[in-house]
Amino acid sequence: MHFRDNIDYPPMLTRPAVFIPLLSAIFASLWWFGAGDSAIGRLVLGLVPMAEGNPLNLATAAFVTALVGFNIFVVMRLPLRQQVWLVWGELAALILLFFYSFDLSFAFIQRKIGFLITQGLVTTLYISAVSIVIATVLALLGAVAKLSSNGIAQGIAHFYTSLFRGLPLLMQIYMIYLGLPQLGYVVDAVPTGIAALSLCYGAYMTEIFRAGIESIPKGQWEAARALGMRPTSVMTRIILPQSMRVIIPPTGNQFISMLKDSSLVSVVGVWELMYLARTQGQTEFRHIEMMVTASLIYWLLSIVLELLQKRIETHFNKAATR
Amino acid sequence: MTSVKTAPAAIEITGLSKWYGSMQVLHGIDLTVAQGERLVICGPSGSGKSTLIRTINALEGFQQGEIKVAGIRLTRDQAVVEDVRRRVGMVFQQFNLFPHLTVLENCALPLRLVRGLSATEARDRSMHYLSKVRIPEQALKYPAQLSGGQQQRVAIARAVAMQPEVMLFDEPTSALDPEMVKEVLDVMVGLAEEGMTMAVVTHEMGFARQVADRVIFMDAGRIVEQGPPTTFFTAPKSERTQAFLQQVLH
Repeated sequence: MHFRDNIDYPPMLTRPAVFIPLLSAIFASLWWFGAGDSAIGRLVLGLVPMAEGNPLNLATAAFVTALVGFNIFVVMRLPLRQQVWLVWGELAALILLFFYSFDLSFAFIQRKIGFLITQGLVTTLYISAVSIVIATVLALLGAVAKLSSNGIAQGIAHFYTSLFRGLPLLMQIYMIYLGLPQLGYVVDAVPTGIAALSLCYGAYMTEIFRAGIESIPKGQWEAARALGMRPTSVMTRIILPQSMRVIIPPTGNQFISMLKDSSLVSVVGVWELMYLARTQGQTEFRHIEMMVTASLIYWLLSIVLELLQKRIETHFNKAATR
Repeated sequence: MTSVKTAPAAIEITGLSKWYGSMQVLHGIDLTVAQGERLVICGPSGSGKSTLIRTINALEGFQQGEIKVAGIRLTRDQAVVEDVRRRVGMVFQQFNLFPHLTVLENCALPLRLVRGLSATEARDRSMHYLSKVRIPEQALKYPAQLSGGQQQRVAIARAVAMQPEVMLFDEPTSALDPEMVKEVLDVMVGLAEEGMTMAVVTHEMGFARQVADRVIFMDAGRIVEQGPPTTFFTAPKSERTQAFLQQVLH
């Protein structure tokens, strides 16, 4: 934690005033929504034969509440790091269980996953990676333009961020794909996707970069300029490396968001992950299999980006942490 | 004093006036600093002393008058300003070290970028000057790991390593804890003894007595009084100087 006070608060969940209402609420809502009808209800029925309906609802609610209570009791006794990882793992297991409950055909997934990866994932990664690079360049240019004393550059940058933050990304994709041919330029689907994602995310990231550059105290500019360093050196060697601490976390957010927004490109028929997930299931009416598979692939990619962001953050933080 | 006066001027300021909007902060300042001269500028806060020395390396602009540094007339032309800044070193009240670079890199990076030194030359020269401010052992640490006094000594080393013709100090000890003031002043005294031309804005009257060739008292954007420290401190002419000295000398 960034700031740890020197007070030993009793952990929230050990206070009866917290855990009794919490468990009661879980119990009551499970009972109220008829937990006996669920997969867990059938599990309870298998363990203890009883009448369905209200008794089963009650028993299921009690079973789940007890499980949650026992879980909290065990987890609270672990060291902090293990608590975090265990809870993360449990929640992930619940999500997977949720997917599993769809009664998926794994044979079908196995048959299709190869194509989903070699065609869909590769296209998604290609579009996202190229867009990320272009968006970063646009953002840097936009931020420098906004902070410059050049009225034309400022005007262009302000208009750019206003327009591309102001239109829905889906609209931008259509505008480029269907609008530009009116001017005589026919743009292919993939370049359309890359252009729209780059322009849109470049506009958001312009603001992130601008705020990052502005967060550096004036004294840093003065010291560098007083030493005789040229403006470009000041920017690239002194200001930007320090701004990175401020820029990286929201930019990581943007990259993760862009990765998934690349799925919007599927509307113009690019064979990326989302498009294939929608179309591959159609022939055999196995939509949910493909959706679940694609979801997990998106999630895994996001996790990779999260870890990458963390590494870069640590790198740029090394001077600030003793 | 007489020997210093015959040397060519390091800084020549004539009729310098500056306004912030409608408020005039410098009123026709005339000031010449000879080569090798140690000048101390004092005065109450808001008197324009920081603004004055910040105009010398163009960190502040001005509307009227003329500044010459080593014979170069300061304009708003980039080449001229950068030429002047390469001849003038500056030490700030808030140190302004680059927090993302180690102590060594703080000194070496400007040497490489501005003086065009190779990585090894820059490192060797940086280490030489870090030794002179007596902190070579801190070279690989980051500024945040150093005390205020140590940081200010690094800032001095960084500026002096550029081998400027003139050093400007803008209240170099005002942000320091009392017990760290001496270590910084000692470094500055050492620099003065080597014959560096210095213009120092400070309230450290002990330093002024020990080192200065001339002390200037500013108030409300004007130079009110100036003279060698012996006469300045013992027989100040103007009432405002007397009142100010009574406040700072105990």
